[in-house]
Amino acid sequence: MGSYIPSSEAERREMLEALGMESVRELYKDVPESVLLDRPLNLPEGLSEMEVRAKLEDMAKLNRNYRIILRGAGAYDHYIPSIVRYIPAKEEFLTAYTPYQAEMSQGVLQSIFEYQTMICELTGMDVSNASVYDGASAAAEAAAMCRDRKRSVTLISETVHPDVINTVRTYCYGANAELKVVPAKDGKTDLAALKEMLAADTAGVIFQQPNFFGLFEDAEEIIAAVHEAGAMAVMSCNPIALAVMKTPGELGADVAVGEGQPLGLPLGFGGPYLGFMATTQKHMRRLPGRIVGETVDSRGGKAYVLSLQAREQHIRREKASSNICSNEALCALTAGLYMATMGPDGMAEVARQCMAKAHYLASKLVEAGCRLEYSGRFFHEFVTRQENCREILGALSDEGILGGLLLPDGESILWCVTEKASKEALDEVADIVKEALA
Amino acid sequence: MKLIFEKSMPGHRSDLLPALDVPAFDLPVSMKRAEKPALPELSETEVSRHYTELVQQVHGVNCGFYPLGSCTMKYNPRIDEETAALEGFTHVHPLADARDTAGCRKVLETAKELLCEITGMDDMTFEPAAGAHGEFTGVLLIKQYHKSRGDEARRKIIVPDSAHGTNPATAAMCGFDVVNIASGPDGLVDLDALKAALGPDVAGLMLTNPNTVGLFDSNILEITRLVHEAGGLCYYDGANLNAVMGVVRPGDMGFDCVHLNLHKTFATPHGGGGPGAGAVGCKAFLADFLPRSVTMDGPGRLQVRSFAGNFLVVVKALTYILTLGREGIPEAAENAVLNANYLMEKIKGTFEPAFDRVCMHEFVLTLDKYKKETGVSALDVAKSLIDYGMHPPTMYFPLIVHEALMLEPTETESKATLDEAAEIFRKLYKQGFEDPETMKTAPHHAAIGRPDEVRAARNPVLRWKKEV
Amino acid sequence: MNYPASLQYSRDHEWLSQEGDIAVIGITDFAQHELGDVVFINLPEVGDEVTAGEAFGDVESVKAVSDLLSPVTGIVAEINEELMDSPELLNDDPYANWIIKVEQVTDTEELMSAAAYADLCETEA
Repeated sequence: MGSYIPSSEAERREMLEALGMESVRELYKDVPESVLLDRPLNLPEGLSEMEVRAKLEDMAKLNRNYRIILRGAGAYDHYIPSIVRYIPAKEEFLTAYTPYQAEMSQGVLQSIFEYQTMICELTGMDVSNASVYDGASAAAEAAAMCRDRKRSVTLISETVHPDVINTVRTYCYGANAELKVVPAKDGKTDLAALKEMLAADTAGVIFQQPNFFGLFEDAEEIIAAVHEAGAMAVMSCNPIALAVMKTPGELGADVAVGEGQPLGLPLGFGGPYLGFMATTQKHMRRLPGRIVGETVDSRGGKAYVLSLQAREQHIRREKASSNICSNEALCALTAGLYMATMGPDGMAEVARQCMAKAHYLASKLVEAGCRLEYSGRFFHEFVTRQENCREILGALSDEGILGGLLLPDGESILWCVTEKASKEALDEVADIVKEALA
Repeated sequence: MKLIFEKSMPGHRSDLLPALDVPAFDLPVSMKRAEKPALPELSETEVSRHYTELVQQVHGVNCGFYPLGSCTMKYNPRIDEETAALEGFTHVHPLADARDTAGCRKVLETAKELLCEITGMDDMTFEPAAGAHGEFTGVLLIKQYHKSRGDEARRKIIVPDSAHGTNPATAAMCGFDVVNIASGPDGLVDLDALKAALGPDVAGLMLTNPNTVGLFDSNILEITRLVHEAGGLCYYDGANLNAVMGVVRPGDMGFDCVHLNLHKTFATPHGGGGPGAGAVGCKAFLADFLPRSVTMDGPGRLQVRSFAGNFLVVVKALTYILTLGREGIPEAAENAVLNANYLMEKIKGTFEPAFDRVCMHEFVLTLDKYKKETGVSALDVAKSLIDYGMHPPTMYFPLIVHEALMLEPTETESKATLDEAAEIFRKLYKQGFEDPETMKTAPHHAAIGRPDEVRAARNPVLRWKKEV
Repeated sequence: MNYPASLQYSRDHEWLSQEGDIAVIGITDFAQHELGDVVFINLPEVGDEVTAGEAFGDVESVKAVSDLLSPVTGIVAEINEELMDSPELLNDDPYANWIIKVEQVTDTEELMSAAAYADLCETEA
């Protein structure tokens, strides 16, 4: 059995003696006899480190690891530089709690301050928080930011990731607030329908750029319509695309959110990831979660602290707009480290390579006999329609390639290409698809 | 320390990607951002050195004693990090087909089985990303349950005034009115106050046991019975499970659903503020209301985030549970309680416990009298501890204790560490009478002196900007 | 502590002065002292309705937040926008720096004289 208790039996006895007790069970005298567990837990016996490693390795081997991944849909297989894997594993970063004691946590606080700055740079917004759980909960928190006494209805485009829509729906259900879905047209938000749905009680409108199908939305028109109706615009963005595309800041969005996983975090079967959230100066105090600010210390030097805490649950309790406490600090540190490692040009290069390779694969698939579902401009994801979807995905899988995501209609596939796929691999994919279609 | 942006030099970079091997593609100018983001430009050496500089100003539990009450800062084993870093887990797409993810499913199934046994629950989800997220998920179970029975008049959630702020905030996020009930003078739930608050409009009670003052509420069966009789459900906040795991189970105490903080109780690291994992367990009659996720399908289920939760954190927790096993889990709890009582005993006679009786895994000191005598506050004592390389206890919580310092040593500290800590507390206690000024201006040997939080809040500087 | 005799006071530590039909409302010296350094104030909008005994906004210090409870029922005629940028004015001089002005007042809580209020603060301190 493994144990991380350092005290020896003798030391434990000494400690009990100091308490005037004979058995540790005396410490549980406040627990009513009738509720005490009268049997050992039905758990396996403990394992040595060597045994537990083998057991977990066996479980890991039950998964299939693909050499090429062409599936995205909210989780993206980007290249993770070695340094980005190693630095967050340093024990100090790894095993610290939330930096409540600024004097002992300047390293964590500064890393968050740097992350906040990078998110502001990437999104073009004024203020970022220290992260929330993931992109979906970030969108849900943003919906809450938009609501006030007079406006309570949230609109969300059908072209947003379905998990995000469902999560926002859950948070709205919790708050007894209404959520309406704006229909799509040709794979993009139906602008006319949106305009019709906007009303005096619309609090915020959430759309995604590029959207679930990989297409660029007409963000300028959407935001203009939202503002005309006096509502707030929430833009959910892919952080890699932000290195090249027009930012929420430039477009005048009120809140920018997104899934930060592409910034150096592994796929990891869905988590931990991180949600980023940024807003304008005007809405700064509506941001949920931790925020780090710069100040001075008693010696006159620069210092960082958790700031604007009176917004948060530990002070505002039932009047807080969010209950978030722990966030994804280490993932935020990783994302900041990724952005610092790539630099502005490296980030743009990743974005350009993703785009170029996605367009290359799209053209090869069309040559192979697939049809592009939508004509709109796309980033690194696109939808094709064809016969034999399941056969195509099966044939790719046989060759160690995870194909795109089969969409619910069973007749179309959402593909994603990142910088990790070589031309050679993409040509191989096109050949396999061609064969499966023949 | 310079910010990473202040170290940036134009043209510094790392070579990470091969050259593009397909035709280039670019966006039209109208769709492009006008300027590139002002991210730092650094070589790999410079990035590495920067973070190494930062890490020297961070104190983790693996660096030294960290008795932060209510946070269960136990040692975080390295093996848990290694298993979670196995490529077999990290390189799995969350939307990969079920047959390709049998290993991940086995991890979740095994963790579910073991944690249901530990908590006395029947089913569990790993979707919530942290404790507060788990609370949100758990209270939504209660909301859905009453709704499914057409019992929508239940608009109130009862929360004791000693609760963590997340409890009332969660109830409010779930659309409930919060009824705060005052604790009795013994720090426990006041049964009369509870009875007075119960009624046909009450959806449930949120409670942690042992509670936030570190005491086990021996009326627990009576409390959950009263709530059930009134038609409400009982929610267990698992923040303090470390004291009782393997000894007594929330399910046996009468709770209907629980959340666990895998990053506290089950030794996964807190990463300076996350990621955590907030598993939510429930009795069978609530299981249909658990969130839908990759592993738990079904129409109408609510979803609280994308995909299957903080999966890699669950791998770490599972590694830990399998390591400790049947005997190790209760042994950890017992030693957490032993360590807390021993430390309290050793400090006694100087700073006073708020409740002088056997505690569970943590205890609260009250410095109310001490402050009146010396002018030295709980904050001053906390800051003075930093100069001894010890992380301060939780300050000013729970709200029902004046000048509170809350200590939770956990089971992974040795007797020697506790003796040393007690000695430091005794020394500081004396110093308050002899040299209070030094304590009021502490810390003196930390990276920074006390920060000006008023200035930070009044004039928020929340990002770096290039000086022009 | 300073409680000007020209003002009226509520049990919730607000002061009120009547300027014609308009009720001018602020927080007392006792309130600002209890709060400590005020770092932010949340104010209603002009035209909002306020109700006697209910919150119309709140004030934040670094580690606390307190509701501002209105002593009157009426419509907000004006808010002191200067406080948004300089909340510390409430600490500097809570009487010179009013918070809101209320018109169309239909109801007023029972208020106290300066002397009676000083007694109340004495017992709460």
